[in-house]
Amino acid sequence: MIRGQSSSSRIVSHAVLVTGAIIIVFPFLWMILASLTPQSEIFDGSLLPTPTLHGAIDNYGTALSAIPLLRFMANGFVVCLAILVLQIAIAIPCGYALAKLSFPGRPILLVGVLLGLLMPVQIPTIPIYIALAKSGLLDSYAALVLPWIISVFAIFLFRQFFVTFPDEVLDAARLDGFSELSIAWRIMLPAAWPAVVSFSIFSIVAHWNDLYWPMVVITNPDMMTASLGIAYFRQAGEGAGNVGALMAGGVLVTAPLVAFFLLMQKHFIRGLVLGRH
Amino acid sequence: MALANDIPLSSLAPNTACRYRPARAQAQAGIILSVPATLLLVALVIGPAILVSFLSFTNASLGLAGIQFIGVANYTRMLTDPGFAQSLRNTALYVAVVVPTAIGWGLLVAVLIARSRFAVLYRTAYFLPVAASLVALATAWEAILHPSLGFANTLLQLLGASPVRFLSDPATAIYALAAIGVWQLVGFNMILFLAGLSTIPEELYEAATIDGADRGLKRFLLVTWPMLAPVTVFVTVMTIIRAFSVFETVAVLTQGGPMKSTSVVLYTFYEEGFRFFRVGYASAISVSFFVFVTLLSLVQMRVSERRARWKANGGQ
Repeated sequence: MIRGQSSSSRIVSHAVLVTGAIIIVFPFLWMILASLTPQSEIFDGSLLPTPTLHGAIDNYGTALSAIPLLRFMANGFVVCLAILVLQIAIAIPCGYALAKLSFPGRPILLVGVLLGLLMPVQIPTIPIYIALAKSGLLDSYAALVLPWIISVFAIFLFRQFFVTFPDEVLDAARLDGFSELSIAWRIMLPAAWPAVVSFSIFSIVAHWNDLYWPMVVITNPDMMTASLGIAYFRQAGEGAGNVGALMAGGVLVTAPLVAFFLLMQKHFIRGLVLGRH
Repeated sequence: MALANDIPLSSLAPNTACRYRPARAQAQAGIILSVPATLLLVALVIGPAILVSFLSFTNASLGLAGIQFIGVANYTRMLTDPGFAQSLRNTALYVAVVVPTAIGWGLLVAVLIARSRFAVLYRTAYFLPVAASLVALATAWEAILHPSLGFANTLLQLLGASPVRFLSDPATAIYALAAIGVWQLVGFNMILFLAGLSTIPEELYEAATIDGADRGLKRFLLVTWPMLAPVTVFVTVMTIIRAFSVFETVAVLTQGGPMKSTSVVLYTFYEEGFRFFRVGYASAISVSFFVFVTLLSLVQMRVSERRARWKANGGQ
């Protein structure tokens, strides 16, 4: 798209973008460099940490052995997957019903969804915490998963996506004997795939990185998720004050999501663009 | 979904006098398909929110034993507690820095990227913080902002400036956290603005060119900005809510210190509710938080809607 930009304005625009991008990416670079640098040399007055092989082995060794980082990541993986599958299973039919079916109570449900969108996620957590504590479910996967299986954001996103879906296709499917449920699963779900992928990325990123809820319901280190594990690692035992090992842990916890994002980037953005029509 | 699967939709259409009644069948299907979501919405969102409002008028502690109705005492305590006033001020300061910066920067990047040949590369770079673990990266920021030996201070000293104790100075800590907050939100806002930009029809830009607004600020003000209004409303509301909900960086880096200078509303809520188990008081904080966020969002939406309408009318 060339719209008569002068070369000077193009240079200014690149300068602005590059400077911003350097600021944004810098903490990642620093984290990687520090994760490869011996602990004693990270704060030696030089501008950037200088990696050595010995430092790398030391830091990643500590991150994986002194603290069960792999266990934290496995917990995080199980929790994120369970949340995501349940969220989609619950939101797709509801999003379809809100977009394409007129039924009594729909306006109220829509208001409920919008209210849920406005509501900070922390608001319902006190009663949920008390309920979990009373039923002895603290320090369990159930405690980490249950409160999040309903996503008003997913319902809203899918509804927005479905609204523009051509009614003729749905009528044709109905004439072919499709039930509304099989329309939701066999026609709407595939059609909403970009929105599903986009939502999946949001959900996985949010729950992999969430600190608040794990901090509330988990005290047993065996049940900690990746983010809570890093926060715990920072203050407890071998991790406390060991910036190199901490950064190695940070790289290990961040890498899967960043890789996932880089792979899915195109789908994600396409889904987001289509979903906002 | 087991519930809806177990019930064949046809069996729920008892009135078969009229052979084909799509409206009725659809109504029943609609109810069945939305039942699981509705029940969970009530059980996990609406219900607990109502319960929290109730608890906010009691002296409940964790066990809920001997719970008593104490009227608005929790709310009056909140209004008179200097500690809470402090965390309100801190939150307001954080929001005042983060919201305009993260929106303005996100919009600027989106507008510049949309016309850049390296769009994919830039987009990836700016979006990285959204995908990354904030806890891990906050720890990296902490080291970069180390009060004497971090990168930021080494750089400042090379430039001849005196060191800043960023996160350990009560005067600067909240701004350091706000900078991390902006860093994290820019990419998210950029993606939403990019999505909005891609829906602006090219003909509008052509029309603007004929009107003499062929590039730069003029074209932005005449076409891009009014056309982006709905997206801007959405981005603004999202950013305000996210800034008000700042928690991770505080919990990991400062725990509200130094000298309470970074105790924000949500962190105070967390401490009261889950550390001191003052359930009644914490509930009052969360109810006020919800009301405040809701009011703000509504005001913001009204304002942007009106401005968008005014701009659209004025622009034609």
